Amino acid sequence: MTAALTYPPRTLGPEQEAMRAEVRAFLQKDYADGGFGRGQEAMARYDVEFSRRWGQAGFIGITWPKKYGGRGLTFLDRYVVTEEALAAGAPVGAHWVADRQSGPLLLKYGTEEQRQRFLPRIVAGEAFFCIGMSEPDSGSDLASVRMSATRTDGGWLLNGTKLWTSLAHICHYMIALVRTSPVNPENRHEGMSQMIVDLNAPGVEVRPVYNLAGEHHFNQEVFTDYFLPDENVVGEIGAGWEQVMSELAYERSGPERILSTFQTLVELVRQVGDNPSEVEARAIGRLTAHLMTLRGMSVSVAGMLADGKMPVTEAALVKDLGTNYCKDVPETARLICPPEDGAGGNSRYEKMLKTATLLAPSLTIQGGTREILRGMIARGLGLR
Amino acid sequence: MRTLILDTAERIFRDICDQTLVDKAEKGEWPAGLWQTLEESGLTQAAVPEEQGGAGGTIGDGLYFLKASGRYVAPLPLAETLIAGVLLAEAGAQVPAGPLTIAPVRPNEIIEFSDGKLSGTATRVPFAQGASAIVVATSAGLAIVDPASVTIERDKSMAGEPRDTVIFDGAPATIVGNASPDRIWQLGALARSVQMAGALEGILAMSVQYVQDRKQFGRALSKFQAVQQSLAAMAGQVAAASSAADVAIEATEAGDPGVSIAVAKARVGEAAGIAAELAHQAHGAIGFTHEYALHQFTRRLWAWRDEFGGEPYWQAEIGRLVAKSGADNLWKFASRT
Repeated sequence: MTAALTYPPRTLGPEQEAMRAEVRAFLQKDYADGGFGRGQEAMARYDVEFSRRWGQAGFIGITWPKKYGGRGLTFLDRYVVTEEALAAGAPVGAHWVADRQSGPLLLKYGTEEQRQRFLPRIVAGEAFFCIGMSEPDSGSDLASVRMSATRTDGGWLLNGTKLWTSLAHICHYMIALVRTSPVNPENRHEGMSQMIVDLNAPGVEVRPVYNLAGEHHFNQEVFTDYFLPDENVVGEIGAGWEQVMSELAYERSGPERILSTFQTLVELVRQVGDNPSEVEARAIGRLTAHLMTLRGMSVSVAGMLADGKMPVTEAALVKDLGTNYCKDVPETARLICPPEDGAGGNSRYEKMLKTATLLAPSLTIQGGTREILRGMIARGLGLR
Repeated sequence: MRTLILDTAERIFRDICDQTLVDKAEKGEWPAGLWQTLEESGLTQAAVPEEQGGAGGTIGDGLYFLKASGRYVAPLPLAETLIAGVLLAEAGAQVPAGPLTIAPVRPNEIIEFSDGKLSGTATRVPFAQGASAIVVATSAGLAIVDPASVTIERDKSMAGEPRDTVIFDGAPATIVGNASPDRIWQLGALARSVQMAGALEGILAMSVQYVQDRKQFGRALSKFQAVQQSLAAMAGQVAAASSAADVAIEATEAGDPGVSIAVAKARVGEAAGIAAELAHQAHGAIGFTHEYALHQFTRRLWAWRDEFGGEPYWQAEIGRLVAKSGADNLWKFASRT
C-alpha cells in the first residue's frame, strides 16, 4: 500500500574507508602545500592544475575499466572520493562533468574508438567536458532544442546556440544535444542526437555570460556551419533523448547536491563556539540532522547505481530535498548568528555567508528546476 | 526471517486493523483480536530470543515490524512491548506474555527502589492500564512491576492513546538488570521515529489515492500541477523520514547507534509536521472530519513527535555535540568517520 520512494540504508565498507583515507591524505597534503583554495559550490570553482594533480593521483574515472585508465571500482568508492573533495571545498569544477557524466555516457553509448580517444585523457585530468543541453529558448523544456545538425560529406553541419554552459571557456569538449531531424509534434522526443563538439575547432564561438555575482561561470556558444565528423556522434542518431535521460541519475543525486553551502555551516559552527546557547544548538543540530539524513539517501542512491540500477526518480527527489537544504543553511545562519558587519563583511564567516546567499538562487534551477523535479516525483507517485 | 515477519505483519494489519478498529480503541475498547493474532504469530516479541519467550529475531526485525504497524496506526502498545522485551532480554530475564509497558517515559522522573519496594510517580505512561507488566528503570536498576500493585490514573494523548499516571508508592519489585531511564528514553525516541515513519508512508499512500479518486472542475485532483507539486514535496519529507528511521534501525541493530537516533527523531518529527499539513491540504474538508481516517494518522503524528523528546530537544542534543567536536571536525561528525 505504500507509494513512498525507498532508500535502503547502505553501509560503506572497509574498501570505501580505505579510499577515504587515501583521498583525505591527498587533500590535506595538497592544501598544506598551498595547492588549492577552499571555497563553496566547489563544482563551479575550477583550478586546471588542481584537476591535473587530482587526475594523476587516480581520483578521476575510478569506476571506469582499467584499460581506459580507470580503477574498476564501484559507485560507492566514487561517492567517497567526491564527497571528500566537496567537503574539503576543493576546486573540482574543471574535470567535474567529464568525470560524472561524459565518461559514463561514452562507456555506455560511445564507440570503442571514442572511449580510447577520450577516457584516458579525462582520467589524466587533461580533457574537460561541458554539457550542451540548454538553449536560449530551451531551458526546462529540453525537448524544444533547436540547434540543428544537417548531413554533409563525412559528418554533420551544426548551426544554433547553446546557453548556460558551465565552464565552457575552460573545457575542451562539449557533449551537445542537437536536432538531426525536424520536430515531430506527435513525439517531440524523436530526432535528437548527442555529439562530441571540439570547442577549439572553427565554427563555434564561446561568449561569457556573467552571473548575478559578476562571475564568469556560464557561457553561450554560437555555432555557424560547424563541421562535426561522423566519428564524434555519440550512440545512435535519433536516440539522444533516451541517452540524455540516462545521464540524469548520475547528475542529480550526488554529494554536490547537499554540500554546496557546507562551508557556511562549518563557519557557523566556528562562530557559535563550543558553548552554544539553546537556540544556537537547535539550529546547528537541525541543519546537521538534515545533512546526515540527506547523505544517507545520497549514499543509498550511489548503492543503487553500484547495483546497476537507474534510480532517476529517487535521484530527482534527493536533488530537490538537497538543494532546498543548501539554501536553508545561509538563511538559518544569518538568523541565529547575524553577520556583524552586515552583508558586506569580510570575516571568514561573513564571506561564506555572502557567497552562499549569492549562489543560492542557482541551486534549485541548474540540473533540473524544483518544478521539473517535483513533476518527475509526481510521475513516480503515479499522479501523471 | 525478516521478510516472513514483515509479510505476516502486513497481512494481519491489512486484514484486521481498519478504521473502525482504531476508532473503537480510541473510545476505550481493547482490540483483543488484533493483539491475539499478532502475539500468536510471535510478532509482539519478535526481537526476544526464543528461550526467553520471544520469536528469536533481532532488534531490527522488531523495529521494522513496528514501522509496518505505523503504516496502519495499530492502536496497541507494540513499541512499549518491544522495548520492554528488549530490556528484559538484555538483562537475561524471562519476558512475560501479554502487552507490556515501560516507565518512566519523561525526563527527570525518578522511581526510587529501596528495600524491595518502589516509590515515585511516572506520568504519561503509555497503555499502563491493561498492561500485563510494567518494566521500570528504577534508581537501582531494571524491575518488573505488577500493574495490580500500583495506582493508575487514566489519561489520553491527542491521538486518543492511553497515557496514564502511575503511582508506584509501596509497590513490591525485584531488580533484574541495570538499564537506566536514559536507555528507555533512547529506545522510546527510536520507536516513535519508526512508528512515525510508517504513519507518514500511510498518509502519503492515502493522499495519492485520494487525489486520484476525487474530481473537481471535471478532472481528478491529481491532474492539477499545484496538487502534483504539493504531493511531490510531501513525498520528499516522507522519504527523508523513512530513510532517517531506517538508518537509525540499522545502526542500532549493528550495536552502534551513535547520534542516529537523535537525527531520526529530529528529522522525522520535522517531516511529520510538514507532511501532515500537506496531507490535510490535499484532502480538503473531508480530511478534517471524524468520518474520514486521515485524522487517525495525523493526530498520532502530532502526538508522537512530542513524545520522548520533540525536535527542539534532539536538535539541541545534536547541536551541542557538533559544537563540542568543533567546526573543523564537522565533516567527520556528519560522515561518521
